[in-house]
Amino acid sequence: MEEIQKNIYKIEQVELFPVIMEKKNDMWRLVQICCSFVEGNYEVTYSFATGYEISNYRLIVGKEESVPSISRVYKSAILYENEMRELFGLNVEFIKVDYHDKLYRINEETPFLKKEDR
Amino acid sequence: MPKRSIVPFGPQHPVLPEPIHLDLVLEDELVIEAIPSIGYVHRGLESLVAKKDFNEMVYVTERICGICSFMHGMGYCSAVEQIMNVQIPRRAEFLRTIWAEMSRIHSHLLWLGLLADAFGFEALFMQSWRLREKILDMFEIATGGRVIFSVNKIGGVLKDMPAEMLSNFVAVLDGMEKELRETTQTFLDDYTVKSRLVGVGILTEEDAIRRGAVGPMMRASGIEVDMRKTGYAAYDEIDFQVITSKECDSFARCKVRIAELFQSIEIIRQAVSKIPDTEISVPVKGFPNGEAYVRLEQPRGEAFYYVRANGSKFVDRMRVRTPTFANIPALMQVLQGCQFGDVPLLILTIDPCISCTER
Amino acid sequence: MAQFLSFTKTVMKNLFSKPVTTAYPAAPKIYPERTRGHVEIQIESCIMCGMCMRSCPPGAIEVKRNENSWSINRFDCVQCGYCVEKCPKKSLSIVPGYTTPDSKKSIETIIKQSDGTEGEKKDA
Repeated sequence: MEEIQKNIYKIEQVELFPVIMEKKNDMWRLVQICCSFVEGNYEVTYSFATGYEISNYRLIVGKEESVPSISRVYKSAILYENEMRELFGLNVEFIKVDYHDKLYRINEETPFLKKEDR
Repeated sequence: MPKRSIVPFGPQHPVLPEPIHLDLVLEDELVIEAIPSIGYVHRGLESLVAKKDFNEMVYVTERICGICSFMHGMGYCSAVEQIMNVQIPRRAEFLRTIWAEMSRIHSHLLWLGLLADAFGFEALFMQSWRLREKILDMFEIATGGRVIFSVNKIGGVLKDMPAEMLSNFVAVLDGMEKELRETTQTFLDDYTVKSRLVGVGILTEEDAIRRGAVGPMMRASGIEVDMRKTGYAAYDEIDFQVITSKECDSFARCKVRIAELFQSIEIIRQAVSKIPDTEISVPVKGFPNGEAYVRLEQPRGEAFYYVRANGSKFVDRMRVRTPTFANIPALMQVLQGCQFGDVPLLILTIDPCISCTER
Repeated sequence: MAQFLSFTKTVMKNLFSKPVTTAYPAAPKIYPERTRGHVEIQIESCIMCGMCMRSCPPGAIEVKRNENSWSINRFDCVQCGYCVEKCPKKSLSIVPGYTTPDSKKSIETIIKQSDGTEGEKKDA
């Protein structure tokens, strides 16, 4: 884990669940999960907060790789995970309530990825 | 095991001005589970960053929501200002604070009206919205718009409020406070109102954290978190207490919002008395490069803004996590075990804003 | 006792006071001076630079330099006022008075004549 900016930490995929379980046990709440596509890789940022403190954990995921769902630990992650799969095409595995790309009723596939990145 | 049935709720329903669909799993009249389904009005505003330059995006973000439009613009502007290391003038920060608090009064009054309408007290609904009208008129005098203000820009604000206008506004708010006391007393005392709200839709403190609830929803469950206390804009100079309630039910949510109405009026009074006389904007040169996140307290709760820029005219990624998006999982928790007849009311107690949610 | 008839006082007051609504359209609506109603152009000072066209978020303005014309689709305009802010000659202004509804969209074109005055106005 390395701090790349104040309160933003870069983590590896193996560190994801230890971090999330630690947050859960310390009663942190999930603020949001943000996906963005930067230079051929997905960047998934998990933000947790307790009181006025906030920590962001960033995972870099290759275009063909996938991330495990955290929706079994944090139930509120369902919407965020479905959203990033539908809008960015990031493969999130085993979401608890899977909308199968029908969370937003749109026709286009992965509309938030630029045409050349698809 | 009793027979289970699934009842579809929405997307069109008398209590909902905006479309959201729920599949309610019922056992007789008891809701066992609720599965939300959104996406009827997805606009993809976040992806417009590829087409509109970072200055134009201010006007796009304002249109995310019709109620907290000012704060959406403010959130985006402060995120970009943070990236570009721009310190906006103090007067602009105070003006933003005043407008933000006026938006809060306007939003909470709108919500009180909708709540009254949901439990069938139409005269109270009219009374709340009548008070709200005064705020909208004040917005039109100050910014030129009743709902969309277009006064934010990167580096400050576009319009100033002269001292005379500010003192007039405070006078209007003073008069309004009296009427507000009278109207809100009905919410707090009336037997019929209480019978619909007290003890309905319990969200415990632990559930509120686990489900990531924000704003009045969270504060009504006894969690003392209000992003204004982090001191963005001019809130660092303003003295106020975070309003919480330990009761965790729908009535507590109503009480918290009513108390926040009076608190907002008090904050505006303080801000008007402390506002310094400086410039209202600073020129901003160049393009943003870097990333920043901003959290601010909207009427409905904490909003999260994330902006990543690459040094060109267009921002790389803008993300808005609106309060309703975070409150939907909490709503699902609240709906479990409630009576079918209370579902419309409980949906309203989170103060849903679907257009925010779907951006 | 407060829990019953708590709204009666308000009801009585409303019953014996004047309505809060105005008599629109019999009494005209008076807009505050800052109301963002619609965009107007002082074509005499316009230099046809096209800044407003490039900065308009919904793309409602079109400037044709070779024809000396400035046109606006009032149905696309969102009255944000960004063009007014960007205009280098301050020819644009946003004034009270909302645009009237119509059954079809139209584009208003204003031509600048060679002597600098406002030429014909046309709707297409």
